[in-house]
Amino acid sequence: MTELLQLGANGLVTGSIIAIGAVGVSLVYGILRIVNFAHGDYLVFGAYVALAVNVGWNGHIVLAAIAAIAATAVLAVGLEFTLWRPLRRKGAGLFSLFIAAIGLALVLRHVVFLVGEARPRRYDVDVFQVHELGGVRLSQSQLIAVAIAFAAIVLVGLMLARTGLGKAMRALSDNRSLAAVAGIDVDRTVGLTWMLAGGLAGIAGLLQALILNAFTPNFGFLLLLPIFAAVVLGGIGSAYGALVGGVALGLAMEVSTWDALAGGAPAVYKPVVAFGVLIVVLLLRPQGVFGKARVL
Amino acid sequence: MTIVSLQFWAFVGVVAGIYTILALGLQVQFGFTGLLNFGHAAFMAVGAYTMAILVVKTGWPLWAASLAAIAVAMAFGLLLGLPTLRLRADYLAITTIAFAEIVRYVAINEQGLTGGPVGTIALAGPGEAASYNREWLDFQGSVQDRLESVLGDDATRDVTMLILVWIVALVLLVLVEAAVRTPWGRVLKSIREDEDAAAALGKNVFAYKLQALTIGAALAAIAGLFFAFQFSFFSPGDFDPLVTFFAYTIVILGGTARNWAVPVGAVVFGVIFAGTRFFDFAPFSLLESGERAYVRLIVIGLVLIGLILFRPQGLLGRRDEMVLE
Repeated sequence: MTELLQLGANGLVTGSIIAIGAVGVSLVYGILRIVNFAHGDYLVFGAYVALAVNVGWNGHIVLAAIAAIAATAVLAVGLEFTLWRPLRRKGAGLFSLFIAAIGLALVLRHVVFLVGEARPRRYDVDVFQVHELGGVRLSQSQLIAVAIAFAAIVLVGLMLARTGLGKAMRALSDNRSLAAVAGIDVDRTVGLTWMLAGGLAGIAGLLQALILNAFTPNFGFLLLLPIFAAVVLGGIGSAYGALVGGVALGLAMEVSTWDALAGGAPAVYKPVVAFGVLIVVLLLRPQGVFGKARVL
Repeated sequence: MTIVSLQFWAFVGVVAGIYTILALGLQVQFGFTGLLNFGHAAFMAVGAYTMAILVVKTGWPLWAASLAAIAVAMAFGLLLGLPTLRLRADYLAITTIAFAEIVRYVAINEQGLTGGPVGTIALAGPGEAASYNREWLDFQGSVQDRLESVLGDDATRDVTMLILVWIVALVLLVLVEAAVRTPWGRVLKSIREDEDAAAALGKNVFAYKLQALTIGAALAAIAGLFFAFQFSFFSPGDFDPLVTFFAYTIVILGGTARNWAVPVGAVVFGVIFAGTRFFDFAPFSLLESGERAYVRLIVIGLVLIGLILFRPQGLLGRRDEMVLE
């Protein structure tokens, strides 16, 4: 039982990070129909900005986090103006956007490799401090990650539910033309959506790098498919769904290794569990576990 | 090696030839049928691994193992296509890349079957260096001997491989070109343009898509075989998603739905990919070789973005037949 609790706790840590990555992917997809293949590399960008502040300039990790959020938000908005908006003006379809996102992912990742070096890097934080809560052992980094990620999830949830901007985002995601006719400023909302997606990617990247302890620029791609899986699980375009889907997926990935489940899946197959969930959900319930059936 | 040597360009040509065959499979799937298959590298992996495993573990002759490898890759195509080809394009893209990653994870982690992360060299178990291509090297050697009477000292291993791989690539290219000129090929294009219209005319859209996916898988497997022959051993890392992206780069660079554009795209890609390794003049000489690898991938990413932005039909494509809209 302790093992299950421990796995559940680990799952919450992984899942909450996936969730804040997924909400950005889901909103961007819902509003712009971009399957942002570069999102994993937005996370990496944030993690390395934080690294520059934390290790390069000896800044406190909190300062590093703020820098990561701000820089990644600026990156995401900047790319909206230089890449995505020109592409939309030219009437680029799904294929073009997908391919452009892949090109962008290649550029971003390898620029980070070039500047941030390929060797595994780590933040200047105390990694040996371990806290025990009700029989569950979590490292300091894991506790920080889960606390910040949950705070972000709650804030984003409230923002989407209560504020005018949140409503505008959801309305655009639901039906773009109808929202535009109803007087929503599409360009402004799109810009703010990228800012939100980028900021969340920045903090998710920092947190993932923190719990990985030592990381290379490849971690973004490894996390990207679980993020896609969470988006699909929650119903593509649904921001709430992505939040819940992320946490659910993190739990599924960790608990799949539980001994009581026919010995448990080998830990190396955790990502495969996520891919399996992704494929099964797409085949059986493409609108997502929480989505409403509608013509897609 | 210097940039002007025949040997260097022979190597670039071999890489381009292998990628021509790989991208030709993607041309059938994506260029003609509009299937956004992002798991192409997995078919290449399945082909190469099936051949190597059958030769090393069960002692099959190379030709039989190679044919079986193509068949197994096609079976994987069916396996992937049957449940997923009814999905919408973006869902298909995500599902196929997840499929490819599952294949790669299995190849990394099932050491007993595949040799694990170190690759096929560990196929025969610990302490023994496995090799699957002795029969290929014998064959290649006999071809090389005959070439020497024509080319003299220039008839090296890479030059021989260059000739062999391009013969196969051109034969496959002619076959695919012939196939897409038939009514069958026109149905594929109609599915790409408007799936519902094709279905309304009584075409079994699903069956045609499945055929396109399976044929593409076979071509990827053939590319995988030549990759295995050329490099003598390989590991799961050789089939990571980048390889699929490279194949897309070649198809889009040459021109979507243009078969003869595939080798052109592949040669340009080969020069960017292999060629830049040996650029030893400024500004490249300022970077270490590891850093040049990153620059190479940045360039490929920029080429993709630039093409989509400024010339979506590629070098030789026609705008009206561009599936990218």
